Amino acid sequence: MSAYPGQEGLRNPLKVARGDGASGTGVHHWWLQRVTAIALVPLSIWFLFLVGGLMHATYPVVLTSIAQPVHAIFLIVLSVCIFWHGALGLQVVIEDYVHTRWLELTLQILLRFGALLGALACVMAVLSVWLTGTGYY
Amino acid sequence: MPNTRPLSPHLGIYRWRVNMWQSTLHRLTGLYLCFGALIVAWGLIAAATSGGAWNIFAAFCASVIGQILLFLWTWSLLYHLCNGIQHLLRDAGTGFGPPRRDREFAPSYWSAGWIVIVLSVVLTVAVWVLLILRVAGGAA
Repeated sequence: MSAYPGQEGLRNPLKVARGDGASGTGVHHWWLQRVTAIALVPLSIWFLFLVGGLMHATYPVVLTSIAQPVHAIFLIVLSVCIFWHGALGLQVVIEDYVHTRWLELTLQILLRFGALLGALACVMAVLSVWLTGTGYY
Repeated sequence: MPNTRPLSPHLGIYRWRVNMWQSTLHRLTGLYLCFGALIVAWGLIAAATSGGAWNIFAAFCASVIGQILLFLWTWSLLYHLCNGIQHLLRDAGTGFGPPRRDREFAPSYWSAGWIVIVLSVVLTVAVWVLLILRVAGGAA
C-alpha cells in the first residue's frame, strides 16, 4: 500500500520530493525557457528586419548579407536560441498530450536529436557562408 | 498500468476569457514557429549549398503557399513575441493591477490581454504593408 511514489517502507515522501520538483529537475527548465525567451526578444525583431530586407534579393546579395560578421554572429546565436527555446516548448507539449510511455519517450528523444541537429546545421551553414561566402564574387 | 483514477474537471468547466485565448494561441503559434525554425534552417543550408539550392528555396517562399506560410509565420512570431513579453512581465509579478478583495484580476489585466492580440495583428499588417510598398517602390 503506497499512496505516493517512494512511500514504501519507512521513507518519508518528503525525502523523495524535496529538491526534485514536479518534473524531477526543479526549476531548471522554467529558467532556461525564460532566459532563451529574453535573448530572442531583440534577436527576433532584428531577424524580421533582416528577412524583410532580403526579400527578392539575389543569391550573391544574400551571401554578402549572411557573411557580414555581425549578421553571422547574430544568426548563430539566433539559431541556437530558437532550437533551444523550441525544444523546451515542444518538450512540454509532448509531456502534456502524449500519455503512452514508449511513444512519449521516443518523441522526447527524437525531439532532442532533431533540435540539436537543426541548431548544428544552422550554425555550420552560417559559418560556411561567413568563412567562404566572399569567394562567390 | 493505465491510470484509472478519476480526473478533475478541466477546460470544459471554465468560461473562456482572453487569458485562455492567449495561452492557447501562445502554444499554437509556438508549434507553428517550430515549423518556421525548420524553414529558417532550410534557407541557411540552401544559402551555404549553392545558387541553385537557394533559388529552389526562394521559389518556395515566393509561391502562393510560401507567401501564406510566411504571412502566418509573421503573425505567429509577432504574437508569440508580444504575448511572450507580457508573460515575462507577469512572471516578474507585474501587470496584475491593484490587488482586489474578491481575488478577481483588475480590469487592466484583461484589457492588456486584448491589447496583445490586437497589437500582434496590427504589427503583422504593418510589416506586410511596408514589405509590399518596398517591393512596389522598386527596392527589389
